[in-house]
Amino acid sequence: MPDAPQEPTVPLGTGGRPGRGTGSATPSSAARSLAGGSARPAPKAAPKPAPDAEPASDPSAPAEDPRPAAKTVKKTVKRTTKKAAPAPPPEGSASEDSSPEEATARPAFSLIVNDAPEPADDERPGIPLSDLVAALAHGARTVLGEDWEGKAAVLLSTLRRRLTGSYEIDEFGLDPQLHAIAMAALRPIADKWFRIEVRGAEHIPADGGALVVANHSGTVPVDALMTMLTVNDHGQRTLRLLGADLVFDLPFVGELARKMGATLACNEDAERLLADGHIVGVWPEGFKGIGKPYSERYKLQRFGRGGFVSAAMRAGVPIVPVSIVGAEEIYPLVGNVPSLARLLGIPYVPITPFFPWLGPLGLIPLPSKWIIEFGEPVRTDAYPPEAADDPMLVFNVTDQVRETIQQTLYALLVDRGHPFV
Amino acid sequence: MGRVVLVTGVARDLGSRLARRLAVTPGVDKVVGLDVQPPTGDMHGIKYVRADIRTPVVGKVLAVEDVDTVVHTNVAAPQRQLGSTSAVKEINVIGTMQLLAACQNSRNVERLVVASSTAVYGTSARNPAMFTEQTPARSGTMHGFPKDAVDVEAYVRGFGRRRPDVAVATFRLGNVLAGDVLSPFSEYLRLPVLPAVLGYDPRLQFLHPYDALNVLALAATGNVDGTYNVVGPQVVTLSQAARRLGRPMLRLPSVGFNGVTHRMVRLMSSDFTPELTRLFMYGRVCDGSKLERELGYEVLYSTPQTLDAFAEAIEPGLLSALGGTYA
Repeated sequence: MPDAPQEPTVPLGTGGRPGRGTGSATPSSAARSLAGGSARPAPKAAPKPAPDAEPASDPSAPAEDPRPAAKTVKKTVKRTTKKAAPAPPPEGSASEDSSPEEATARPAFSLIVNDAPEPADDERPGIPLSDLVAALAHGARTVLGEDWEGKAAVLLSTLRRRLTGSYEIDEFGLDPQLHAIAMAALRPIADKWFRIEVRGAEHIPADGGALVVANHSGTVPVDALMTMLTVNDHGQRTLRLLGADLVFDLPFVGELARKMGATLACNEDAERLLADGHIVGVWPEGFKGIGKPYSERYKLQRFGRGGFVSAAMRAGVPIVPVSIVGAEEIYPLVGNVPSLARLLGIPYVPITPFFPWLGPLGLIPLPSKWIIEFGEPVRTDAYPPEAADDPMLVFNVTDQVRETIQQTLYALLVDRGHPFV
Repeated sequence: MGRVVLVTGVARDLGSRLARRLAVTPGVDKVVGLDVQPPTGDMHGIKYVRADIRTPVVGKVLAVEDVDTVVHTNVAAPQRQLGSTSAVKEINVIGTMQLLAACQNSRNVERLVVASSTAVYGTSARNPAMFTEQTPARSGTMHGFPKDAVDVEAYVRGFGRRRPDVAVATFRLGNVLAGDVLSPFSEYLRLPVLPAVLGYDPRLQFLHPYDALNVLALAATGNVDGTYNVVGPQVVTLSQAARRLGRPMLRLPSVGFNGVTHRMVRLMSSDFTPELTRLFMYGRVCDGSKLERELGYEVLYSTPQTLDAFAEAIEPGLLSALGGTYA
């Protein structure tokens, strides 16, 4: 019993049985004997280190032991073939068909043939495959957590389904997988760059149709994206944005907007979405709000023609007024080039303190502090169905929503203090 | 006493299949097929009349054969196989006018079924997400086949007003797609490389001819009035369709897309219908729920299923090896 544990504790290269450099059968002596001109002893000598190494490869012994030995064997073999190879040709070329001479020439060749499978068996250059797999598994576990196998399988199958097109989008073009990716990409921007503070998240309806109405600002509709993220994270719902037709006319922007679930701001689409029980986001100020000069920040523009109110009334869904503070400062619009805008067919060409002067750097939004407050929902289900066709009532409700947002904006501005702190 | 059905455009895929279908339908005594070219394939039980729909001879056919039901399937987007663009436009518009003029003067005609197209809704960035039968076209019906379709429907509506005793059913068929039916999309999606507009990924719907024929036959043998969208439920984007077919896409800028694509597709010895260009930018999706609600016909093949059936009918695309099954 005491012998058994001793065997594996023999340290590397100290003359113990399993290691290298153990007397006559050392690789160097094997090499010397191989180099002795005739190739015949070589098959005898070459296997010799192998039985020596074999006990080392039993599971209890350190696994690295046989490798250096085997490597030397390989070197030896190579050297042997180099030295031995020039020797046989004169013999072989002298009498090619004579069988005994062929037999003497063979061993040099058979040495390679015999040895070739051996290094393939227990000698692999570099890291063994099992170690690689273990490292990979460990890495996967670190990145994806304990359930990495399942997650990796899901990831691969998702990737395959994306490549073969066998994923589903809804009738409006919402691609749920892309939406989730976009949300994950926006989250750090919302948390770290804009430091968005969300208030009144409990006013986001948990289910059923709802119309989220918010103030628009910031030259580029970043506020819509951030509201979408907020509703996604705090309400666990996908906010369906209503966009201007220009959005869907622009290449890439329109494509992405559709895949994020946005659709055209028209009554048909709004009513269809609300009737299907979706939560819909609308910015009724439109380009007047988003493209207003910095000097008019936080002054609400006209709320469209009240189309959003009649759509909500027809569907009988609540209107959630949302006030967004912080979006005005991300790209302070100090100038506009109306002639160029007309030429390009867009509503305005923005000039900010940094754009276009700093080029692409000017496109980085300023890190303003944001507050998004969801107000108490305005119920519309109490109105009779024909109320949507009563312009006076629609205007009144529009003004009510607008005033709510405006007053909340003032209160939030006082609360926030400095825009960038 | 069964019905006598006149099918126009009987030399085309949809028309000939409908005529063959009606010929074996109980309650139909006689099927008269009208076209300039003789139909191919087995036309057993169908009386073929070689006549040009653009001429007043149609009126004589109606009178001689005692036709009581007219199915007009002769409205199609121009394609090389159907003749020159101007000839197809003539058949679409003038042909419909002559046919309606003949119907108006006929005492026998009780029913008119028109196979129109969802192209009447046009295509633009101001498209609503889904067109219902009431939604007016926003834009994109100023020229080409959409204009033809709008004109055809306008004439049909005018006919309906002048002959209120005739039941007029208009079916706006979606993009018909099948391996054995000639249509703009079946030609396009066969290309080894699919040219598409850079920065746009339109939402599309495809209709299996099985459903198109069912609906037309239902109207020809029943008593249907009104306008209905016939589209495959669910939506795919063009990129998704290309992936499902294992065909690589080539994104080209929208400026000059039509010209470049036309030449490119010519090189691939096929044909590109120019009306697809606008569709490739903005797409078009229609709400087909009225058909089920009012006629009780449920479209069997959804858009992805139609696409998969098409994928099995054609040779696999270059990238099919990536995918494996189409299920």
